[in-house]
Amino acid sequence: MSLQIKPILLALRRHKAGTVLIALQIALTLAIVCNALFIIHQRVVNLSERSGVDEANVFVITNQWAVDRSTRAIDAQVQADLAALRQLSSVRDAASATGYPLQGGGWDNFVTMTPDQVKPTTDSAVYYGDEHLLDALGLRLVAGRNFRPDEVVAVGTQQAISPPVVIVSKALARRLFPDGSALGKSFYAMTPTPTTIVGIVDPLHRQGASQWDKAHAGQSLIWPARPDDARGIYYIVRAKSGQLAAAMSEAPKALYAQSRMRIISPTDGIQDYAQIRHHVFDSDRGMAILMGIISVVLLAITAAGIVGLTSFWVGQRRKQIGVRRALGATRHDILSYFLTENLLIGFAGVVVGALLAIVINLWMVTRFEMDRMSLAYVGVGVIALLLLGQGAVFAPALRASRVSPVEATRSV
Amino acid sequence: MFAYYLDLALRSLKRNRVLTVLMVLALALGIGATITTLTVLRLLSGDPLPQKSAQLFYPQIDPNTKDGYIEGQTRPDLLMTYPDAMNLLHAHRATRQAAMAMTQARIMPRQPNAHPFYSDAVMTTSDFFAMFDAPFQYGGGWTASDDDSRAHLVVIASFLNDKLFGGANSVGRIIRMDDHDMRIVGVLKPWAPQPRFYAQGLGSRSYGDGDALYLPLHTARALEMRPQDTECYAEVPDMLNLETAPCEWLGFWVELDSSSAVSSYRQFLDGYVRQQIELARFQRPESSMLDLMSFLRQQQVVPDDVRLQAGLAFGFLLICVVNTVGLLLAKCLRRSREIGVRRALGATRREIFIQFMVEAGMVGLAGGVLGLLFAELGLFGIRHQPAEYAGLAHLDVTMFLFTFVVALVASLIAGILPAWRACVLAPAPQLKAA
Repeated sequence: MSLQIKPILLALRRHKAGTVLIALQIALTLAIVCNALFIIHQRVVNLSERSGVDEANVFVITNQWAVDRSTRAIDAQVQADLAALRQLSSVRDAASATGYPLQGGGWDNFVTMTPDQVKPTTDSAVYYGDEHLLDALGLRLVAGRNFRPDEVVAVGTQQAISPPVVIVSKALARRLFPDGSALGKSFYAMTPTPTTIVGIVDPLHRQGASQWDKAHAGQSLIWPARPDDARGIYYIVRAKSGQLAAAMSEAPKALYAQSRMRIISPTDGIQDYAQIRHHVFDSDRGMAILMGIISVVLLAITAAGIVGLTSFWVGQRRKQIGVRRALGATRHDILSYFLTENLLIGFAGVVVGALLAIVINLWMVTRFEMDRMSLAYVGVGVIALLLLGQGAVFAPALRASRVSPVEATRSV
Repeated sequence: MFAYYLDLALRSLKRNRVLTVLMVLALALGIGATITTLTVLRLLSGDPLPQKSAQLFYPQIDPNTKDGYIEGQTRPDLLMTYPDAMNLLHAHRATRQAAMAMTQARIMPRQPNAHPFYSDAVMTTSDFFAMFDAPFQYGGGWTASDDDSRAHLVVIASFLNDKLFGGANSVGRIIRMDDHDMRIVGVLKPWAPQPRFYAQGLGSRSYGDGDALYLPLHTARALEMRPQDTECYAEVPDMLNLETAPCEWLGFWVELDSSSAVSSYRQFLDGYVRQQIELARFQRPESSMLDLMSFLRQQQVVPDDVRLQAGLAFGFLLICVVNTVGLLLAKCLRRSREIGVRRALGATRREIFIQFMVEAGMVGLAGGVLGLLFAELGLFGIRHQPAEYAGLAHLDVTMFLFTFVVALVASLIAGILPAWRACVLAPAPQLKAA
C-alpha cells in the first residue's frame, strides 16, 4: 500500500474550511477529554482511600444529650451506655469518640518536635478514645501496644488535656521519624508537655477529606481520653462479623433503655460506613460521573461531526472517485485514501489539542489547587481521538470505495 | 420575504433529517450543560443583600505573633477575638456594627411527647437585624441595653415560629432553649441570604436555609453556648473562657454609608491596631476591610467544583458550535446548484446570506427549546444532589430568556461561515455542472 500523502494534502487545500473545522473539533475535544480523564482519575483515587476501619462491621451513632448535666453525670452515663452496647449479642466492641475517620470536617492540631518551635513540623488529625477504640474501629496495631485502662482520662466539655502517651498512625510516625524509630519517641501537638508514642496503627484516615487533609494524608493521632462533651458524642460500634443490621437496630434501643434523655436523629443519627463513605465522597463521585458523561457525549458529537463532513466530501467527489477507479485504483486504494486523509487531519488536531490540554491543565493548577497532569493522559487521549477519527470515517470511506468506475462517465 | 426564507429553511432541514437532528441535538446538549452550570454559578456567586451590600464591610485585624509574618503578604485572620470585637463594637465608629458567632440551640417544644431538637442559632449583638435588613413579621430586635443586661430573649425565624406556634404572633411567648426560658421579642419573615455571608468562616454552611434562632451574644455565652468554630493562635489554658483565651471566634461587620465614612473607619482601624501594638497586645500592623462582595470573592465561597463545571460546560458548548459550523457548511455546499439557480433567477448575495442565516437561526431555536429541556433535567439532577445549595437550583426568568439568547447567538455564529460561503458562490459554474 502506498500512502498518497501529497495528493491528499493538495486535495485538502480545496477544502480548507472543512479541514480546519474537523481539526479544531478534534483539538478541543482532546483538550477537554484529557483534563476530564485526569479529574476522573483523581476523584476515583479519592473514592478508594483506605480508612483503616473494619468498614463492613462498624457503624457510628451520633448521640446528643437532651438535658444539661455535669461532666461527672455525663461520664457515668457514657460508661453505662458503653457497657450496655458491649453486652449486646450482636456487638463485638464499642467506644465513645469525638470523631471518626471520613467524618468530613474534623479536628486537627499542629505537631512540633520541641515546645517552643515556631514553624510546625506537620499537622495531625486528633481522635480521643479509650482502650476499646482500636478494637471498635477495627484498626490494625503494627507496633507497640494499646492504651491501658488506667491511662484513659475523662475529658469534660472543651477541657484542654495534655496526655503523656499517644497512639499515632504509621503515616504520622514516618513523617516525624523517617528512620522508623518512632516508638517510644515523643512530640508536641499544641500541648505544653510532650506526648510519647506507645503504639502505631496502620492506616488511620483523618476525619476530613479536604485539600488540607490530602496534604497531610493519613496523619492522625489518638489520645487516651473518654470524651464527656455536654453537647453530645459519637458511639463507634463494631458488630460481630455479619451482624451489622441486627446491631444497628438493637443499639439505639439499648441506649434509650439506659436513658431517654438523648437525641439520636432518626434520619442520620446512625450511619454505617457505606453511608459515611457515600456522604464524604459525594462531590468526588458526582464530579467523576459528570466528567465521564461529558467525555462520552463530546466524543460522540465529534465522531458525528466527522461522519457528517466526510460523508459530504464523499458525495462531492463521487465523480473524481469514479475517474480514479476507472484509471485502475482499487477499492482498497480509495478506502485508504479517506482513512489517510482523516489521519492527517487528526494528527494536526491532536498536536494542537495536546498543547491546549497542557495549557488548560496548567491554568487549572493555578486556579483550582489541582495537580499537574501526567503526559500519559495526553497520550491516551491522542490515541483515543485518532482511533475515534478512523472509526468515524470508516463508514463514509467504505461507501466511497463502493463507487463504481462507471460514475466517471456520468455527467453528474 | 422572511416567511419565504422560513419555508426554504424548513424544507432544507426536512430534506436531511439525520443531519438536522444531529445539529439540534449537539447544540441542545451544549446549551443545556451551559445553562445548568451557569444557573448554579449565578446562584452561588450572587449578592446576598443587593440593596445593602455596598455599605457593609468586614474589618480584619491580626493578633498573631510576629512569627511567620511577612510584611505585605500575610493577611490578617478571618475571625476576631472577643476583646477586639468588643472594643470595636463599643467604639461605635460605624453607623451600625455587630459581632456574631454561630452556635447550636437545643429547643424543647411545649407540646407533650415532642422531642427536643437542635437548630442553627446566631449569637450576636443588637444592630444585627437593622444592619442586615432582616425583615420582621412580628415584634422586633433587641436593644444594646438588652445585650449588656444578658436578657433572656430571642428572635426566631418564621419557619421555627410555624413549627412551634403554628405561625401565630408569638411575641412575648416563652421558648425553652438549652434548659432555659427565653422570651420571644421578634419573629422574622422568611429570611435566608444566599450565600449566608454573615456565617462565613464561623464554622457553618455557606448556603441553604436561614438560621432558626437569634439571641444576644452575652446571654448565649452566659448560658455556655459555644461557637461552631474557634481558631486559637497560642496555647490555650481553658477553652471554656473564650472571652479571655487567645482565640478568635467572632465575625464582625460594620455598616458605613459614605466613602468618607469608609476612609475614616479605615483610619480608625489602623489607629486601633497601632494602639494595640503600643499596648503590646498586638505585634502585626496589618489590617484589612473588604466590602461584602469583595469579601465573598476573597473567601471563594463558590465551590471550586462549580466553577470547574461551568468552565467545562463552556468548552462543551464551543465544541458543539464548531460541530454545527461543520455540518451547516456541508449542508449548504451540497446545495451549490440550488444556490446557483436562485442566483440566476435574480436572488442577491444578501438574500442568499439571509436565507442561510435564517436556517441556522431555526437550528438554534430548536436547539434552545431542547436545550431548555436538558437544562431543566440538569437542574433536576442538581436538586437531588446532597449539596447544601441543592434546593435553590431553579431556572429563573432571566436564565430562561438567556437560554434562547445563547442558542440564537451560538447558532448564528455557527451559521456565518456557511452562509458566507454560500453567498459568494459564483452561479455560472454551478449551473453549468447541472
